[in-house]
Amino acid sequence: MKPERRLAIGATAVILVLLLGAPMVLDIASVVNLTVFLIVSILSLSMAWVWGVGGIFTFGQSAFYGLGAYAYALCAMNFGSSDLAVGAAVALPSVAAALLGYFLFYGRVSGVYLGVITLTTSLILYHVVNSVSGADFRIGIVSLGGYNGIPGVPPFNWPGRPGEPLDFVPFYFLAVLLLVSVYAALHWLKSSPFGRSVIAIREHELRAELLGYDIRLYKLVVFVIGAAVAGLAGALQAAWAGFVGPEVFGIAFAAQIIIWAQVGGIGLLAGPILGCILVQALTTWLGQNQIADTQIVLGVIFVGSVLLLPAGLLPLLRGWISHGQEERR
Amino acid sequence: MDPLNISFQLAYSIALLLLTSLGLAIVFGMMRVINFAHGEFLMIGGYACVLCTQAGVSLWVSIWIIAPLIVGAVGWFMERLVIRHLYGRMMDTILATWGVSLVLTGLASIIFGQQQRGIVAPLGSFELSGFRSSWYSVALIATAFVLLAATYAALRFTRAGLLARGTMQNAQMAEALGMHTGRVYAWTFAAGAAVSGIAGAALAPLTGAVPTIGATYVTKAFITVITGGAQALTGTVAASVMFGTVSELVANLATPVAGQVALLILAIVLLRLMPEGITSRFFRRSL
Amino acid sequence: MTDTTNAVEIDGLTVRFGGVVAVDNVSLKVGSNELRCVVGPNGAGKSTLFKALTGQVRPSAGSVRILGRDTGRLERHEIARLGVGVKTQVPSVFDGLSVGESLYVAAKRRPGRNVTGVVDDLLQQLRLGAVRDRTVARLSHGQRQWVELGMVLATAPALVLLDEPVAGMSEEETQRTVELLRDVRTGRAIVVVEHDMRFVRQIADQVTVLHRGAVLCEGQVDDVLSNSTVRDVYLGRGEHVA
Repeated sequence: MKPERRLAIGATAVILVLLLGAPMVLDIASVVNLTVFLIVSILSLSMAWVWGVGGIFTFGQSAFYGLGAYAYALCAMNFGSSDLAVGAAVALPSVAAALLGYFLFYGRVSGVYLGVITLTTSLILYHVVNSVSGADFRIGIVSLGGYNGIPGVPPFNWPGRPGEPLDFVPFYFLAVLLLVSVYAALHWLKSSPFGRSVIAIREHELRAELLGYDIRLYKLVVFVIGAAVAGLAGALQAAWAGFVGPEVFGIAFAAQIIIWAQVGGIGLLAGPILGCILVQALTTWLGQNQIADTQIVLGVIFVGSVLLLPAGLLPLLRGWISHGQEERR
Repeated sequence: MDPLNISFQLAYSIALLLLTSLGLAIVFGMMRVINFAHGEFLMIGGYACVLCTQAGVSLWVSIWIIAPLIVGAVGWFMERLVIRHLYGRMMDTILATWGVSLVLTGLASIIFGQQQRGIVAPLGSFELSGFRSSWYSVALIATAFVLLAATYAALRFTRAGLLARGTMQNAQMAEALGMHTGRVYAWTFAAGAAVSGIAGAALAPLTGAVPTIGATYVTKAFITVITGGAQALTGTVAASVMFGTVSELVANLATPVAGQVALLILAIVLLRLMPEGITSRFFRRSL
Repeated sequence: MTDTTNAVEIDGLTVRFGGVVAVDNVSLKVGSNELRCVVGPNGAGKSTLFKALTGQVRPSAGSVRILGRDTGRLERHEIARLGVGVKTQVPSVFDGLSVGESLYVAAKRRPGRNVTGVVDDLLQQLRLGAVRDRTVARLSHGQRQWVELGMVLATAPALVLLDEPVAGMSEEETQRTVELLRDVRTGRAIVVVEHDMRFVRQIADQVTVLHRGAVLCEGQVDDVLSNSTVRDVYLGRGEHVA
């Protein structure tokens, strides 16, 4: 077996053991904090899929995340149960992505211009959601809240049992399960015939077209899958925080997702997850300890990452470890 | 609706977009670099203006001399340290300049604090058959067009502008002819930064200086320049006119937020119809 | 039974870019089993004509029919699906994929299930078996051209379009390409845009000479090449050709 593959399997096993064992050694507060890391990891996975595998640079993943969060909140609060709300959280961003994607890919928009349109769409959502405050703006029994957001978002309940919310630890395990499942599913998709076509299209669009591939359709499907994953993460976030607000549609958050992916590296699915964990952990730690200004540190890391490590951190780590293994033999 | 009022508001809206996008347009049009720290150039220019004026320097000197010198220098250093490693890699420049933007915003927060600093806009107000406004707003509109004209003239009619255009068109040829292309890039980027500095300084009396003000302008500037297309000067003017007009009209008919949203929707529609910007279809041979 | 549908029927094709007429009222037909070379000096419109066939450029006037279908309004992938294989002037290959993966992606499009078999056969035919797992970016220029050729053939096309297939190749590599083309030409039509006249002589049934976007001359290789007007055009003397 190739050293990289052994490393990957070993690392996955270790991480799984750590994740599953964590609630037994950590206090509840830490488990709750860990849960949010899992949630944003799922979001980073969506970026790893759309940008890393599909080659589509988009500012829009945060928008789909936000749509998922709002869909969950509105659905759960109106129907009193999270069962359908999760479905809505996946469905709404997917439909939005299908429409936007059709508009973009069938219009042959690509590169930086596509980036601009996705950025603009996020901004439109931000402006609209931010301004719908006041009692008149409601969906069902829920007031949209404008810049105040929607408080009192209910947690997930046990499937089929609306009166029984998931406690912190079970919710944590659900997050682990979802992260692992989504990762496995995307990994499988990546190596499936569909995934290999997507990668070929990313490598050279014209060549793929000349071989008969309808690249517009492939990119659309990639985009919709990414939106669905982001929407799922959004639902988890809304349930975790008990709150949704328009900040999720702002460019600061959109930028963060891109930073995570760039720092961790988009060549591998796990890269953006690594970037996300590192950057979020670092910002939290800096914020708590007031050692240096968070923004400056983040900015320096970001610039450094682009200039010195354009492929990201994960490939570098991988190289070190497998090189170390080789030398030991 | 009062035609004088509306015309003024339109002119102001267009001028504002133009002013805040021009520096970015220069850099994008000449170097195909998208500088996401552009907002911070505006911010630094604003601080230069406010602080110097508060220290007793004339407002006009602060805006037209001090601000461009300072921001131009910042731009020059940024080009030499960061940008020059990333030519041809547009995505990477976006990302790296975003990082620089975070650093600059953070530094400004530390050095100047989070509080907004302001100065009073000079020149007072006027009234014209029921229509009231401030002379400074008029000055701002004038500033936008003066800057635009100066940039166009510099590129078209000066030797430096010719050298810059030549290098941008064909760097290898320029080097073969003995031009130091690294220097041209650095100075062009610095020039774009200086223009942004002037713009930021000119705005400061109206908006005040605060570390986060960059974020307010950068996205719209970015959208305006990209929608304008590769021929950045003409493109940015075209985009500013269209966006300024639509956003102002809609804002008057509905709400300011609706105006913003209308601008954004128009951008999407334009980019969909002309996927490489306005000047990929019209004014293709312009500057 | 002879197949009477021409592989290519171009009728009065004109392609304009802004003020420039790149292809000027060109008409030509290529039979279903013919190997046609399109030659001409630089700027003659060969590349534009080629791109009008692949769908990369739309006709300004006139029509292009490929394998019986009018392709003027078709997307590039739709034209490819008619059974057209294209090799572009600048090699368009999947740099980040391996040779085997590239051929797999191409062969997948072919009707029938035996993708791995097709890939193995191609690797053998192109003598690229040894570099099956090597990334295409790390191949020599000639090998990259063959990978591209392999991808083209993998789709079992009825019409093959090649834009300068031997550009930058050594003598040896050019000869091998000649053999390769001879092996694969049965049952399909091939249109080659080329500069290398020795190569053209070895493979072409018919030659079409373009000059300033229009058809100057058409016929058997030797007849065309000994035509004095053609020689003048190549040597720059034929400025006032009727």
